[in-house]
Amino acid sequence: MPKTISVTGNLAAAYAAKTANPAVIAAYPITPQTEIVEKMADFVESGELKAEYVRVESEHSAMAACIGASALGLRTFTATSSHGLALMHEMLHWAGRARLPVVMPVVNRALGPPWNIWVDHTDSMATRDTGWIQFYAANNQEVYDTVLELFRLCEDPEVVLPGMVCLDAFILSHTSTAIVVYDHDEISGFLPAYQPGHWKLDPDDPMANGNIAGPEYYYELSYAIHEGFEAARKLIPIIEQDFYKRFGRRHGGFINAYRCNDAEVILLAMGTMGEEAQLAVEHLRDQGVAAGSARLRVFRPFPVKEVQALAAKAKAFVVVDRSLSYGHAGAAATEIRSALYRGTHHIPVLGFVAGLGGRDVRYTDMITMIQAGFKAADKGEAGADQFYGLKR
Amino acid sequence: MHLFEIRFHGRGGQGGVTGAKLLGNAAMLEKKHFQVFPHYGAERRGAPVVAFARIGDEPIRVHSYIYQPQAVVILDETLLEIPSITEGIDENTYVIVNTPKRPSELNLKGKAKVATVDATKIALDAGILVGGIAVVNTIMLGAVARATGIVSIESVKRAIQEGFADMPEKVVTTNIQAAQRAYDELIME
Amino acid sequence: MTPMQRKPPEKRQTCITYPAPGSMGHTGDWRIFRPVVDRTKCTGCQMCWMYCPDAAITIDDEGKPVINLEYCKGCMICAENCPAKAINQIRETEAAQPPQPKPAAKRRKE
Repeated sequence: MPKTISVTGNLAAAYAAKTANPAVIAAYPITPQTEIVEKMADFVESGELKAEYVRVESEHSAMAACIGASALGLRTFTATSSHGLALMHEMLHWAGRARLPVVMPVVNRALGPPWNIWVDHTDSMATRDTGWIQFYAANNQEVYDTVLELFRLCEDPEVVLPGMVCLDAFILSHTSTAIVVYDHDEISGFLPAYQPGHWKLDPDDPMANGNIAGPEYYYELSYAIHEGFEAARKLIPIIEQDFYKRFGRRHGGFINAYRCNDAEVILLAMGTMGEEAQLAVEHLRDQGVAAGSARLRVFRPFPVKEVQALAAKAKAFVVVDRSLSYGHAGAAATEIRSALYRGTHHIPVLGFVAGLGGRDVRYTDMITMIQAGFKAADKGEAGADQFYGLKR
Repeated sequence: MHLFEIRFHGRGGQGGVTGAKLLGNAAMLEKKHFQVFPHYGAERRGAPVVAFARIGDEPIRVHSYIYQPQAVVILDETLLEIPSITEGIDENTYVIVNTPKRPSELNLKGKAKVATVDATKIALDAGILVGGIAVVNTIMLGAVARATGIVSIESVKRAIQEGFADMPEKVVTTNIQAAQRAYDELIME
Repeated sequence: MTPMQRKPPEKRQTCITYPAPGSMGHTGDWRIFRPVVDRTKCTGCQMCWMYCPDAAITIDDEGKPVINLEYCKGCMICAENCPAKAINQIRETEAAQPPQPKPAAKRRKE
């Protein structure tokens, strides 16, 4: 029977992992993810989850252990954040290139120095190139549902790629709301057992992964990873539709668009900012302003066509980034502009960086940003990126 | 129903964060939407602690901080000395204080809808003490139910019952009775 | 079916290699010097077997090393490490005897 429980975002991730029934968990704690791995340990200790829990001394080892486990054909789960994600960076590349479907919640937290434990998307944005599928959640139920969908997506024989679901530090990780959770049996139709077809470590059938491959081989193998992402692109809506059919919930596919059909200016954001943006839109719509908001849920594979379609009838985009790639711009703004430029309908994209290191971003701020977007639309150009809320 | 936002102020060990969570559970029992979060800071006994709760009839899409709460719950009277404790309140805000004083005796006349209850006394009478600190969270929830009506006292008591399910029966009943006593003894002027 | 005849997976999704003896070809052809074991001096300690970087040495029923001349590259690490100084080297071009037959190897399950 599905149960409604009050849980933090961290516990939502842990309960989802339990529902998915992984065979191996290898993880290391870091604020604000710690509750996830502690809860997984509780589940294993109590026998509620029959899994091997590997205690490691660092996140690099955690991912290395996950790689080993996944290479044996076992469903594998871990979680991290910020500096932990940074520490396992080398291993992230390995998991992607070895085509190992490890699923990992990442609690988005700022990198230091200075030491900062609050929300910031730079940690996961810095791993865009590692061959991991990336989702961003805006509420605890979405965290739970996305973990389950990720296992199904990542383990699909056409995909076999690792995947992360990102959740905002404290805003989701430590915030309690009610969510619906299931037992493994209730979802096993949606998520059958993992069957590795591509390769597996097996003493009875010895093979090696990771041997040297010179210029005559590497390029095609690299392209094969790109093909895996394209396979994921096709599967994402199919899996969401199946989840919706079985459990009655969906979260918007690649982009959760709100009142965009007749919007002149659309604000795009990720994570919880993307959900709160809807309140800004409602406030402006009440005043007769044709605003809309869109929340990017999937960042890898990047939804190029969906972004282009969103721009088709709009006059300007406003992109709010909770990350900053020094020397250029926020990650989402950069990739959205790139997607639009590849199409034929080029509209101004006004970029805001906001909320770094956990500074609060409210719907009232987003109202101001959208209004600036209307000015950009009138001028026909966005001008320089702006740093919202910077105290100078 | 408009979104009801509450800020809890306590000291580490008084159960402020758990109190906020139990309030969320009470809202869940009434099929309301809720959101409960602590302000992550000094995690030790005695240090000032802040927790937040939102309750509404619609799914809650706001995720930023609470700036103008409809209610402020103060689990420890000594915290009134901190200026930020009354930040964002106006004459319509419920300020519910754990104190033996009457509302008019606090320096908040005309500035808020003040309600007081001697939750510490209730806790001491009932023996709800942990490590020398009177844990007043469940008691103050009874006060919140009475002052604001945001949840019923019955939901509060059920939330305590379910939240403390792993504890001895005596602890559960003691806390439930203490919450009821705060509900009954709350002074609103 | 040898590993070289094994069919790779339908889709090449990542780099997989299968074990095969001498998959680089007959590296014995690279030899300049050939190791020769003096069985009268050999004590059967098996150090040469352990140190050979190419696993080109096996131990026969008498406990003495047999060098697989199809794959021995002539690095002389066996000779370097032999405590009994029982392994000598001769120029490959001067070697009189033909290559020894391949020792029996454990076959992988097909």
